[in-house]
Amino acid sequence: MKSNLNEMPNKTETTPDVPRQFQRNTLMKQPNYWIFAAVTLLMMAVPLFTSSNSVLFMLTNIFILGVFAMSYDLLLGYTGIISFGHAMFFGIGAYSMGLSLRFFDNAEAGVLVALAAAIVLCFIVSFFVGLLSLRLRDTFYALITLAVATIFLIAAEQWRSLTRGSDGFNFTADIPNNLFGFINLLDRQTVYYLGLVFIVAMFLIMRRFIYSPVGRTLQAIRENENRVASLGFNVLHYKLISNVVAGVIAGLAGIMYAFSIRFVNPHSVLGVELTIDVLLMTVIGGVGTLVGAIVGAGIIEISSHWLMGLRDVHPIFERWVILFGIIFILIVMFFPAGIVGTIRQKWKARRSSL
Amino acid sequence: MSGILETKDLTINFGGHTAVDHVSLSIKEKELKSIIGPNGAGKTTVFNLISGQLKPSAGQVYFKGKEIEKLPPHKRTKLGIGRSFQITNVFPNLSVLENVRLAVQSKENIMYNMIRHFKYFSRLEDEAMGFLEKVQLDKKADHPAASLAHGEKRKLEIAILLALDSEVLLLDEPTAGMSLEEVPDIIELIKEIRDERDRTIILIEHKMELVLNLSDSIAVLFHGKLLADGDPEDIMKNEQVQSAYLGGDIADA
Ligand SMILES: Nc1ncnc2c1ncn2[C@@H]1O[C@H](COP(=O)(O)OP(=O)(O)O)[C@@H](O)[C@H]1O
Ligand SMILES: [Mg+2]
Repeated sequence: MKSNLNEMPNKTETTPDVPRQFQRNTLMKQPNYWIFAAVTLLMMAVPLFTSSNSVLFMLTNIFILGVFAMSYDLLLGYTGIISFGHAMFFGIGAYSMGLSLRFFDNAEAGVLVALAAAIVLCFIVSFFVGLLSLRLRDTFYALITLAVATIFLIAAEQWRSLTRGSDGFNFTADIPNNLFGFINLLDRQTVYYLGLVFIVAMFLIMRRFIYSPVGRTLQAIRENENRVASLGFNVLHYKLISNVVAGVIAGLAGIMYAFSIRFVNPHSVLGVELTIDVLLMTVIGGVGTLVGAIVGAGIIEISSHWLMGLRDVHPIFERWVILFGIIFILIVMFFPAGIVGTIRQKWKARRSSL
Repeated sequence: MSGILETKDLTINFGGHTAVDHVSLSIKEKELKSIIGPNGAGKTTVFNLISGQLKPSAGQVYFKGKEIEKLPPHKRTKLGIGRSFQITNVFPNLSVLENVRLAVQSKENIMYNMIRHFKYFSRLEDEAMGFLEKVQLDKKADHPAASLAHGEKRKLEIAILLALDSEVLLLDEPTAGMSLEEVPDIIELIKEIRDERDRTIILIEHKMELVLNLSDSIAVLFHGKLLADGDPEDIMKNEQVQSAYLGGDIADA
């Protein structure tokens, strides 16, 4: 129909030396690919060097929180919306697994039901919370997510017969040691590898998502929402997709967390503090960089662990939260775009100046 | 209905101020219509009403006979009304190429794919590159849009619009803020698109001389009202327009 305008691009298509073709073998030439492979191998080897359960436990939690932070980064870094209720999906996942293991005699049934329940619930909640709030201003989304998350928190505290209230409950006794005949979830090393597979899989899935046409559109929405609409995209649909993907993945992270921690209470898996933690992880690592979310999760986990340990050294370290605040300020000062974000910027600047 | 795009008594009030006041326009298919008028006359607001950024207080907008003034912007774009913005409105932290590629993606209707890598659709980038060549920005394809000079951003804005490949193009002062050397290229580009005669163009300008021999017809807006509407010669001769322009009411900024 629009002859001339279409001819132009066709001409460039036939030019053979267009270097922008997507070629799989160029993947191997990217430094990122090698870093990814090296880190994954290193992590696979960790249990060979240490049998310390506490090290494995901490790394497992970093993997799980790393996935949780990456899912948050889909919202904050890739869509440009702030949620104050992301913990609810994590909590839905963790409670689904805890309750399911408690109530089902058959471990396989329990795990599968929890998985299905968490995915369905997270899908429904993220979809409707998004539908309700995302067509309005972004501040409204922040408030609605906070409100709905608070409802879940209160429900978990009040529905004592089911959740045992704010004390929560421990379900170590219900953790299957022979799931599907070969998975011993009581073994720290097994859970460690499960966590590693989980983070690698989720990382690859989310990476593909952000590089998909939908992911590219989301990043444009982050930049300039109205312009995206005037290009013909239904912005609400994209924000909803992002919200649902982030919600379901956070729910899966909650499930993994239940395997690792073997205990749930409202505060630790549903509280707004957890959302703030995940926000900090994302910001420290660098918003809009999936790897940054993992680095942020590592830093928060390790430093809070380390600072809490210092309590035994001197009572001043009782106030480890304050120390943590100082660390946070220093990081933001020296890495204004987050650790990974700032390094990436410097790297790019150096390459283009060469 | 004779025109591809029509407005009927289109009106919008901002508080007490009526920025667009009972404006009825009819744009014929495949013509180039210019809307001129001084700064603040309501030209951009008319575009905002046509493309959906604003909803009218009264009046209607028809596209191919269909009433569209209640549709959201993305639906109007999908119907075939594309627009560029007077105040540059691009994606600052995305590459120049990506800015245009997104428009091509929308035109190609690749809306909800979240499985494929975007480079799988390499023809989108190739097409986008073609539009960048049209506005001489191909050398800057990999730069972030924020790093472009003002005139280059204006060109990018035009490339994005062209990439949408709409039936109706709304161009809001495409040369505003460009350096004098850059203006002829853009006018030439608009002329080229016009001469293809395969789409309708509405061009906002506040400098009359720029559009006189470009336009098939010209509408003059003044204080939100349609002062005159006709072919360029008639507009030139129109006394009201003369006095409005010569009376110093029209700032020639
Ligand atoms: N969103 C808005 N809110 C309030 N006033 C507006 C808005 N948009 C435009 N106006 C006013 O409407 C009038 C017309 O503006 P505009 O359409 O931008 O003029 P032009 O494009 O002809 O220079 C101006 O007085 C402007 O201040
Ligand atoms: Mg204007």
